[in-house]
Amino acid sequence: MHTSLTRIAAVLIASTMLAGVAQAETVRWARSSDSLTLDPHSQNQGVTHTFAHHIYETLMWRDTEGTLIPRLATEWYVKEDDPTVWVFKLREGVKFHDGADFTAEDVVFSLDRARSEGSNLKQLHAEVAEVRAVDDYTVEVQMVGPSPLYPNNVTNTFIMDKTWSETNNVEEVQDFAAGESNYAVLNTNGTGPYMLTSREVDVRSVLSVFDGWWGEAPAVTEIVYLPIADNATRIAALLSGDVDIVQDVPVQDIERLQNSAGFKVETGPENRVIYFGYRFGDEPLRSSNITDSNPFDNPLVREAMELALDRDAIQQVVMRGNSIPTGVATPPFVNGWTEELDQYPAPDVERAKELLAEAGYPDGFSVTLDTPNNRYVNDEAISTAYVGMLGQIGIDVTLASRPIAEHSPIILGDETDFYLLGWGVPTFDSAYIFNDLVHTKTDTHGTYNVGGYSNPELDEKIISLGTETDLDARDATIAEIWEVVKADRVLLPVHNQTLAYAMREDITLPVHPENQPNMTTVVFAE
Amino acid sequence: MLAFIARRLFQSVIVMLAVAFIAFMVFRYVGDPVSSMLGQDSTLADHAALRERLGLNEPFYIQFFSFVGNALQGQFGISYRLQQPVSQLIMERLPATIELAFASASIALVLGVVLGIYTALRPRAFSTGVIMTASLIGVSLPTFLIGIGLIYVFAVELKVLPSFGRGEVVDLGWWRTGFLTESGLRSIILPAITLSLFQLTLIMRLVRAEMLEVLRTDYIRFAKARGLSQRAINFGHALKNTMVPVITITGLQLGSVIAFAIITETVFQWPGVGSLFVNSVAVVDVPVMAAYLVFVALVFVVINLIVDILYFIVDPRLRDGAKSGR
Repeated sequence: MHTSLTRIAAVLIASTMLAGVAQAETVRWARSSDSLTLDPHSQNQGVTHTFAHHIYETLMWRDTEGTLIPRLATEWYVKEDDPTVWVFKLREGVKFHDGADFTAEDVVFSLDRARSEGSNLKQLHAEVAEVRAVDDYTVEVQMVGPSPLYPNNVTNTFIMDKTWSETNNVEEVQDFAAGESNYAVLNTNGTGPYMLTSREVDVRSVLSVFDGWWGEAPAVTEIVYLPIADNATRIAALLSGDVDIVQDVPVQDIERLQNSAGFKVETGPENRVIYFGYRFGDEPLRSSNITDSNPFDNPLVREAMELALDRDAIQQVVMRGNSIPTGVATPPFVNGWTEELDQYPAPDVERAKELLAEAGYPDGFSVTLDTPNNRYVNDEAISTAYVGMLGQIGIDVTLASRPIAEHSPIILGDETDFYLLGWGVPTFDSAYIFNDLVHTKTDTHGTYNVGGYSNPELDEKIISLGTETDLDARDATIAEIWEVVKADRVLLPVHNQTLAYAMREDITLPVHPENQPNMTTVVFAE
Repeated sequence: MLAFIARRLFQSVIVMLAVAFIAFMVFRYVGDPVSSMLGQDSTLADHAALRERLGLNEPFYIQFFSFVGNALQGQFGISYRLQQPVSQLIMERLPATIELAFASASIALVLGVVLGIYTALRPRAFSTGVIMTASLIGVSLPTFLIGIGLIYVFAVELKVLPSFGRGEVVDLGWWRTGFLTESGLRSIILPAITLSLFQLTLIMRLVRAEMLEVLRTDYIRFAKARGLSQRAINFGHALKNTMVPVITITGLQLGSVIAFAIITETVFQWPGVGSLFVNSVAVVDVPVMAAYLVFVALVFVVINLIVDILYFIVDPRLRDGAKSGR
């Protein structure tokens, strides 16, 4: 009797173990907001891209180190006899979720759609003149001029099926002003590892593994994606076992989660730098008591402001250790970053006061600092801390804190004297920073050059980066530009953000520098 | 009667127009939808072009009139954030909000009346003191704190109820209900309690005060003198007369429960119209915000209209006033 029971138990255990091997692994993944749309070319926004990367695929993408790796394209190179043409060799044997074959015409269609008028990705393809299929698995992209870094721009440009798009009448990107929704906003047909099973906007989306995927079958076979807006609720959902992975972990919860049994937190650097900017030029500041000159235009004042900024204190107190202080306005993944540039001076209040006096402001001055309060990690707290530090050297700062929806128009409309902003570099190249933050403000460049810094010599160099094909010479130019930018203190960098993902202890999901984790990279502990 | 309703309807339309008008005036100060729609990789020319296409450069009264014109045809436009028709988004989420409001109103009404009677009948009991004090806490603690507290106790520590969401839902044509599944019922408990606490306290205190008032009146004293049972006096005579104001207040409160479940919905990630509104405010999704505010105005207007009509039927004095052409 006793032995037979044991035997039955043994058989039962064995059978459940077998079932365990074949069992589907579902991951419930929560983050603060939902993907905005399933139309892959409609929004250029991180949350939307991250979700889309599970369903659709790109020609190339980046691994967790930030390196460009093959995906639907296996090779890419500049055409031998023509520096203005990029050639992409495509992966063979790839299928869309509906069974259609992936070929060059899908790539031509998708790149053309992504650079069409209604697409929010069109700026990334602004240098493209024509896309043509050479054969079924080769695509040539004709650029306007030499564009040595174009491959960096395609990592979020997803490939759709041409036939499917035509059948469902979605050749055009969703138009906001049109007043109706197109089919691709709610339906998908990609080549990616997962297929959309169900979707309730802002509530839950379910993805299941695509058996016909060309890659190695992922450990996660089903994804339940759950947007939870409230920070405390999101963490509570993880602690109560209602979700398995939480993205967007608030800084103040990291330590507690690390100490909770059964959970762990993966942290890593994000590709995003946080910096302060100020107004250049002779014109007096709008928010200052100094009405006959612009203090920020004086290099001594800018030096004093850097010496007043205690980056390490902000890292320890405001960020609770979760940031990487930096002396240059670029994250370390980006081409052009060096350890030397990254150095920053130790804070020195006495010297800063002397510099202010030397500059002609012995009693300091007053100014308003505009800061967002819901965009970056602890953005308002960083600004508040800096206001205190500037107070020590006699600069009397009034803090104007607004949600990003109100901060953005102030930034883009040049209505600020002094501001905080963050900058991500999706191309992983310094030119992206120079184009928007350093180049003189024009219709096409310097969109976020809020302070109005203008240096014609630098502008010339920045423009040359776009077409320079000798990469060594190009890197040398980048280094020259950074030297001037740093010496002139065009921007006052504070730190690079770090990311934290919290999860069940038996799950490992590495942090992705663009905050685009992919569930195919999930590993389960034995 | 008809003239009365017609006049009321006319007033309701004015109220809704006024709400929409004020909303559009305020929308100019909530930020710029275009920068969150276009993202970082966009030129200023793109911004200007999109703003022009969306008609955001028009003066606000022009935007307002085109909104009203479209709304009259049932067109509320397309959400900037989700790129789906606004009326569809609101209709999809309305069942969740109404079910939550219904559940919390039921809790508030039943518990409020029972506790109100209890505390009125035993004004000096120790338990009355406890209930009255606890009810003070109920009104003075902010909703989000109560919500988070309940989540931590029942979801994180005890692990007996879900921490967020609405659970499994069943599709009944255009109505998605959570009342027919176990997980749906379990999910509604915490948010319904959170949302009901304020109303519960209000109803309880109202019932208690009215009841105490009525119990002091002469006809109760005469009833006692007639030798009626305590039960018959309390429930047959006193309670009936306290219920008139209670019903009025409850009806009006139902409107605010539907309209202002915003915080509860956000804390519990409840997929109703309130959380839709909060998500929309963050990115200045003007079409959704406008439609939501008009919807809230409609809820209040309709409830008020019903209450007014009920008064008209119940109260003969109002009827006579209408007849004499007041």
